[in-house]
Amino acid sequence: MHNKTITELSAGLKAGDFSSEELTNSFLQRIEEHGETLNCFVTVSGKEALEAARVADGLIAKGEGGVLTGIPMAHKDIFCTKGFKTSCGSKMLDNFISPYDATVVSRLAAAGMVSLGKLNMDEFAMGSSNETSYYGAVKNPWDTNCVPGGSSGGSAAAVAARLVPIATGTDTGGSIRQPASFCGITGLKPTYGTVSRFGMIAFASSLDQAGPMTRSAEDAALVLQAMAGFDPNDSTSLENSVPDYSAELNKELTGLKIGLPKEFFEEGLDNEVAKAVEAAVEEYRKLGAEVKEISLPNMDLSVPAYYVVAPAECSANLSRFDGVRYGYRCENPENLEDLYSRSRGEGFGAEVKRRIMIGAYALSAGYYDAYYLKAQQVRKLISEDFKKAFEEVDLIMGPTAPSTAFGIGEKTDDPLSMYLSDIFTIGVNLAGIPAMSIPAGFVKSKPVGLQLIGNYFSEGRLLNAAHRYQQVTEWHKGVPAEFE
Amino acid sequence: MEWEVVIGLEIHAQLATKSKIFSGASTAYGAAPNRQACAVDLGLPGVLPVLNKEAVRMAVKFGLAIDAEIAPRSVFARKNYFYPDLPKGYQISQFELPVVGIGHIDIEVDGKVKRIGVTRAHLEEDAGKSLHEDFHGQTGVDLNRAGTPLLEIVSEPDLRSAKEAVAYMKKLHELVRYIDICDGNMAEGSFRCDANVSVRPKGQEEYGTRAEVKNLNSFRFIEKAINHEVERQIDLIETGGKVVQETRLYDANKDETRSMRSKEEANDYRYFPDPDLLPLEVDEALKAAIRKTLPELPDEKRQRFIDEYNLSAYDAAILTATKELAGFYEQVVKASGADPKLCSNWVTGEFSGALNKAGIELSDSPINAEQFSGLIKRISDETVSGKIAKQVFELLWEEGGDADSIIEAKGLKQITDSGAIEAIIDQIIADNQGQVEQYRGGKTKLMGFFVGQVMKQTQGKANPGEVNKLLKPKLDG
Repeated sequence: MHNKTITELSAGLKAGDFSSEELTNSFLQRIEEHGETLNCFVTVSGKEALEAARVADGLIAKGEGGVLTGIPMAHKDIFCTKGFKTSCGSKMLDNFISPYDATVVSRLAAAGMVSLGKLNMDEFAMGSSNETSYYGAVKNPWDTNCVPGGSSGGSAAAVAARLVPIATGTDTGGSIRQPASFCGITGLKPTYGTVSRFGMIAFASSLDQAGPMTRSAEDAALVLQAMAGFDPNDSTSLENSVPDYSAELNKELTGLKIGLPKEFFEEGLDNEVAKAVEAAVEEYRKLGAEVKEISLPNMDLSVPAYYVVAPAECSANLSRFDGVRYGYRCENPENLEDLYSRSRGEGFGAEVKRRIMIGAYALSAGYYDAYYLKAQQVRKLISEDFKKAFEEVDLIMGPTAPSTAFGIGEKTDDPLSMYLSDIFTIGVNLAGIPAMSIPAGFVKSKPVGLQLIGNYFSEGRLLNAAHRYQQVTEWHKGVPAEFE
Repeated sequence: MEWEVVIGLEIHAQLATKSKIFSGASTAYGAAPNRQACAVDLGLPGVLPVLNKEAVRMAVKFGLAIDAEIAPRSVFARKNYFYPDLPKGYQISQFELPVVGIGHIDIEVDGKVKRIGVTRAHLEEDAGKSLHEDFHGQTGVDLNRAGTPLLEIVSEPDLRSAKEAVAYMKKLHELVRYIDICDGNMAEGSFRCDANVSVRPKGQEEYGTRAEVKNLNSFRFIEKAINHEVERQIDLIETGGKVVQETRLYDANKDETRSMRSKEEANDYRYFPDPDLLPLEVDEALKAAIRKTLPELPDEKRQRFIDEYNLSAYDAAILTATKELAGFYEQVVKASGADPKLCSNWVTGEFSGALNKAGIELSDSPINAEQFSGLIKRISDETVSGKIAKQVFELLWEEGGDADSIIEAKGLKQITDSGAIEAIIDQIIADNQGQVEQYRGGKTKLMGFFVGQVMKQTQGKANPGEVNKLLKPKLDG
């Protein structure tokens, strides 16, 4: 049951081959068996999941509900879930029970999906390896000595290990795509504003975007359909009507123009990963696509620009965690200043504190122009690069990450090298355009991700290109040996 | 040395929206602590601000009323600082690009009109309240006020005395109520002021170092606080000291200002554009639509009252002090059809006096314009004399009803029947022969005595003009 796609599971539910309750129980059992090994769940809410499954079964029995009704899933612990702990991977929120649901949570629940719990993540989504979580590192199901990527590492590991059919993730600089790449699953970061940010704990508001993490493009289309859409509670949410993301999945790729940015294939990229990506591109040629080299000349500025903009925004976004109203409060504060400095000093981990300090510095009097303003200018240049590229090509392809999953502990002492693992993904967030990572082979038994980048609102095209590839390849069907 | 005072004011006007600037929670005053603070106001993880369009309309309305530039695009920024009553750890305000740009307000001091520049006005959210009493060495936080929309109105340093500052503040206070964007309730903090005060030797172009005096929430305090601060600065300089740039708090109980923090201790607010909010765009169509909602402004109304009703500048100013009183007056003029001057005398006299005495607002008056007009009509057509009218007014105020019924029921109708008055005069002349002799002997001042007698006999109801007219020939013989 755990290897079926959403379409297959939905058909099985409707045909009465199994109930949502049985399905939910079967996944809960897998979580029970493997969850601890991978450390991918922060909270498992079995009782509530079974209740929701029974409600879904009732709907299905009456012939009601949609394709997602009764399908189990889990949320990254960055989404507020009413009545449940919403930790964001931090000691700061270890005691926080959200009094409300994020829009993503309520939309997927309204679509009939059954939430099994909350998934581990890098603390406040700051990290590329899931090692900054207060709840400990998540392990990669393909090699438990390796990281699953981050920050949506719990989501990626859980989907890859078949502990849930799909999971939600968020992507600020690659946090859906890079773990999808490391864990051999399909991850989609939509155009900024497609999915409501309401109830999604903010890291960098102008970059954060939620998306589905699934085993196939077909599933991703179905889940995104339910997640997307205007939300009056989010002023940056797009008012565009939501297209049918599944409509063009099977469209022929003949004549599709693919651009390969030469900057993505220069130094820093693992040779074997490069070969896998080239092989994938070759598949697209066979499918009728035209491939040409393009240039994104300012791509080398994306990491430095990102590490000004994202910390600047996070330095303000995380100010609300002050020990006053909710969350962690230090013992016996002597005075107000002590309350602030110890609650925040003890409640936040090292990476979060590092970024808050970088951000506060970049915004401070006398430095604002040199850092924040300059970074915003660079951001415009990067958007321009993409804009020019999309005048020539329909999609951009390249590696999602410079390497496959690295070892746990390998980069924790070297933040700069950690930051560079997002070098191919960050530009997309700075521009606000959509992108995906799909499985495209293995290097030394570890998955390689192919990144597909599209112009604004081109999710349909991305899903189409990913789906056609998945029709002619088997990479996305691979299951890590221990979790078959 | 002669000193010149330089003052600029920052006024915070609480906008009279029903809900908060970035959330749907109510802005009503006086609820139990934290009962009007929703998830957004509490700064819970994951919540986002959504701009209240009504607050924007009000800000634009203000800008149009002071003839200011309205920014086609303005930006909300985060002002970062930590305080327990600031739930997000930043205040959403406008920094580089405010919604209202340069405008002006005319004030009048000692009969002279002076134009005061308004640098800008911007939208922002209020913080909550920290309550230091009643918590035994701890601090309570009430977030009901958090997120209340404020319009911060910043003046140019054009004010040259505490008197001018008060005149400016009063003028603004009147304006924001006229255009219905603020209730102006200073006791509840809906309209409050910080003053930037400095002094310089007369003739010097360069400004002196300024101190910002905070917490000025009444017209009386602002005058006292500024005068006190000016004196402090002059004393300081004249005794060889130096004014330092700092924030000072006015203590109304002690009538003094004291230092809160110096420039060195001031926060670096690390302003940057709020990524949760799109830039605010106000296009020509919206501006035009809002302009249509602007009522006649106080200055225009005053001039019209002078021109149309032939009133003195003084009377016009009193009648137009609030939109409500001006409206009441115009209703009375219209409904009574009486001389506007007569209406003005009665509205500013008896009527306003009664409101003051009762300590109530016009909106709570027991008499409406129609009832009041009924009385004015009877004064105008001489059914009652002015003196009797005051009695009728009191009855109207106390017991309600209408003037005609009261006059009828109490028999207060003026006696204008010359036959009846003549008969009374004849009787009085017959009864007071001694006084008649004296009068005829040249003591004409006794005329008053006879008029008094007639009035006494008629309980004041005799038409005084008629009495005079009939009495004189009879006495003169």
